[in-house]
Amino acid sequence: MLKYVKNHMDSIEGIANYPMVSLLIFFIFFVLLFWWVVTASKEHIKEMGELPLDNDKNNKP
Amino acid sequence: MEIEQFRYDNKIVQKFLYATMLWGVVGMLVGLLLAFMFLFPNITDGISWLSFGRLRPLHTNAVIFAFVGNAIFAGVYYSLQRLLKTRMFSDALSSINFWGWQLIIVAAALTLPLGYTTSKEYAELEWPIDLAIAVVWVVFGWNMIGTILKRRQRHLYVAVWFYLATFVTVAVLHIFNSLELPVGALKSYSVYAGVQDALVQWWYGHNAVAFFLTTPFLGLMYYFVPKAANRPVYSYRLSIVHFWSLIFIYIWAGPHHLLYSALPDWAQNLGVVFSVMLIAPSWGGMINGLLTLRGVWDKVRSDATLKFMVVAITGYGMATFEGPMLSLKNVNAIAHFSDWIIAHVHVGALAWNGFLTFGMIYWLVPKMFKTTLYSKGLANFHFWIGTLGIVLYALPMYVAGFTQALMWKEFNPDGSLVYGNFLETVSQIIPMYWMRAIGGSLYILGMLIMVYNVVVTIRKGSSVEDELAEAAPLTRVSKRRLAGETFHNWLERKPVQLTVLATIAILIGGIIQIVPTILVKSNIPTITSVKPYTPLELEGRDLYIREGCVGCHSQMIRPFRSEVERYGEYAKAGEFVYDHPFLWGSKRTGPDLLRVGGKYSDNWHLNHMYDPQSTSAGSIMPAYQWLVRNEHDRGAVQDKMKAMVKLGVPYSEEDIAGAKESMAEQALQIEKNLYSDPEFVRTYEADKKYAKENGEDFIEMRDREVVALIAYLQRLGTDIKIKEPEELLSQNR
Repeated sequence: MLKYVKNHMDSIEGIANYPMVSLLIFFIFFVLLFWWVVTASKEHIKEMGELPLDNDKNNKP
Repeated sequence: MEIEQFRYDNKIVQKFLYATMLWGVVGMLVGLLLAFMFLFPNITDGISWLSFGRLRPLHTNAVIFAFVGNAIFAGVYYSLQRLLKTRMFSDALSSINFWGWQLIIVAAALTLPLGYTTSKEYAELEWPIDLAIAVVWVVFGWNMIGTILKRRQRHLYVAVWFYLATFVTVAVLHIFNSLELPVGALKSYSVYAGVQDALVQWWYGHNAVAFFLTTPFLGLMYYFVPKAANRPVYSYRLSIVHFWSLIFIYIWAGPHHLLYSALPDWAQNLGVVFSVMLIAPSWGGMINGLLTLRGVWDKVRSDATLKFMVVAITGYGMATFEGPMLSLKNVNAIAHFSDWIIAHVHVGALAWNGFLTFGMIYWLVPKMFKTTLYSKGLANFHFWIGTLGIVLYALPMYVAGFTQALMWKEFNPDGSLVYGNFLETVSQIIPMYWMRAIGGSLYILGMLIMVYNVVVTIRKGSSVEDELAEAAPLTRVSKRRLAGETFHNWLERKPVQLTVLATIAILIGGIIQIVPTILVKSNIPTITSVKPYTPLELEGRDLYIREGCVGCHSQMIRPFRSEVERYGEYAKAGEFVYDHPFLWGSKRTGPDLLRVGGKYSDNWHLNHMYDPQSTSAGSIMPAYQWLVRNEHDRGAVQDKMKAMVKLGVPYSEEDIAGAKESMAEQALQIEKNLYSDPEFVRTYEADKKYAKENGEDFIEMRDREVVALIAYLQRLGTDIKIKEPEELLSQNR
């Protein structure tokens, strides 16, 4: 079983791509995140923010 | 639409609250005892299970997993039901979660003082307990997800996302870091060795702070601060950004615990960059929490709950500003191994976790027992004495950290160390240890006052174990996005998809960190002179692990002139290839031991273990007299060697077959060496004679524990001992 954990990859191939891939993932992640946040509707945000306060007994779809 | 009636399970919340308070007091009292051991090292003289090395992991585990852990469960079980407008999925699972977790804590409280430890920080518990933790954690997650699936509230509030991310990530961390090969009922070896083990451990250690001490508490903050202030969170948009960026970035930052190590440079730098970036989501969250109180700051003056929460969030802000700073290489060079880190973690633990828990308790208990708090005055007194306690704890530790680190690095003009004797740097900061112990005492006093206040409140109230509530059931809507519904609105009502995306977010950083970890082949670069430990040394190493020596002594000389001058040649990755587990340590209360082998005589070590102050006046190391007296059970050595072979340590069949003879021979040699000291001969022979005259059993020195420990200590760092220049000159090279 241990061979799956230990030393089964002995060298790092294409290591040069790591930083570039990391940067891309990072960049795309935050672009999408801010896209979601900016496009969220005001009423929905207000409703979500007030969830813990339990003022609304009726559920909306 | 028909309104359904149901009942919230308050009983389980109450149970977790009681456990929080009980274990909080226990864990902090152990911490206080440890603080006093810096001042009176032999306060628990001769009691092995009350020695510093064994109690330190008990303190950290009790505070993190027992105190904070139970507080997490209490807060989650209360808020989750209300945020989802439903009772917990299964009372049986709730009960298993509660009693299972308490059993694990009791098992920890028994095994750690008895010396059963893996020595990996915050993951010291041995393999059977690790399995139990995995089971109970899955039960918690099952119960939580089941509750989410039967909810009456369509959209999941941000607190619930934090709980989900906590569940998923802690499971991943726990499993990867606990991969170990058992060699007995309560003994195992980490499957990773040396550098690899260190990387996995600190990937775990860093993210245990992130996903056990931070994300669940942020969820609690997003629920309880708006509740206590009776107004919605300052910006819900900011909380979305906070959640996703925090869980995405946090998991990349682990390598900052291993700066100046054998990790590839780009990975170290990546860790530093992400640690610095972490300040953005952390402070976004802090600001979001504090600004929730906009317009109600007057309430903070009168409401103890809000006071505690404000200091908690401020403490979070301080600790998360300090964290990125500590990740900078130049700051880390000073702070690492010093008391600065102790100050840093206690700002997090005492202010952020402690005060948020106290605020939550003061708010929850009157609610759960339909009454008002017994004494606001006592709660306010708790607040002030607790705050003073934090200040008195943290400030002296900062001063101690700076002082000691600067003394370690101070050079004379001729290039020698100003404070060549490590003890000088310890005696200098003893007054700081005094102030720390006083600060800690104040904090605990406050906690005891809270317990009293809560007990009286509970006695005058009436418990509502199943609280009636009502809400309309959810109607079915399309699985797909509705007209006008944005992606994130859709995601907020799809728990499974949300969990999957959160898992992907944490796995990206995790994989980018852990893959190079596995790729760094543990025996590269190979150093031919590095050989596996002899059987006796292996047994000695297990004693070193058992006694928790790693809590105060590092085995990692960083490539600094000051460290090389003090301790010897800096550490090479190839030296640790047979170290299952690694023992680099994270704190230098005593000096580094990587190259202690051959530095002192066997007699010095014996006398030092028996009475540290006799060999090193003013030392704050406790005595380890039981090591000198006890017979050493070395019966399992062959099983241990076989386990090591499975992990890749090259012991031959002959090595294993001849282990007993090899041990006897090496132990006898050490006994002979000890005979070179007339004082030893006199007392030892007198003991032997006394035993013979009185017909008592006598344990030969060679069969005692200390001999194996000496064998290990004398081996340390000798594989690649660098020759002194004079030595080379005298050999004409």
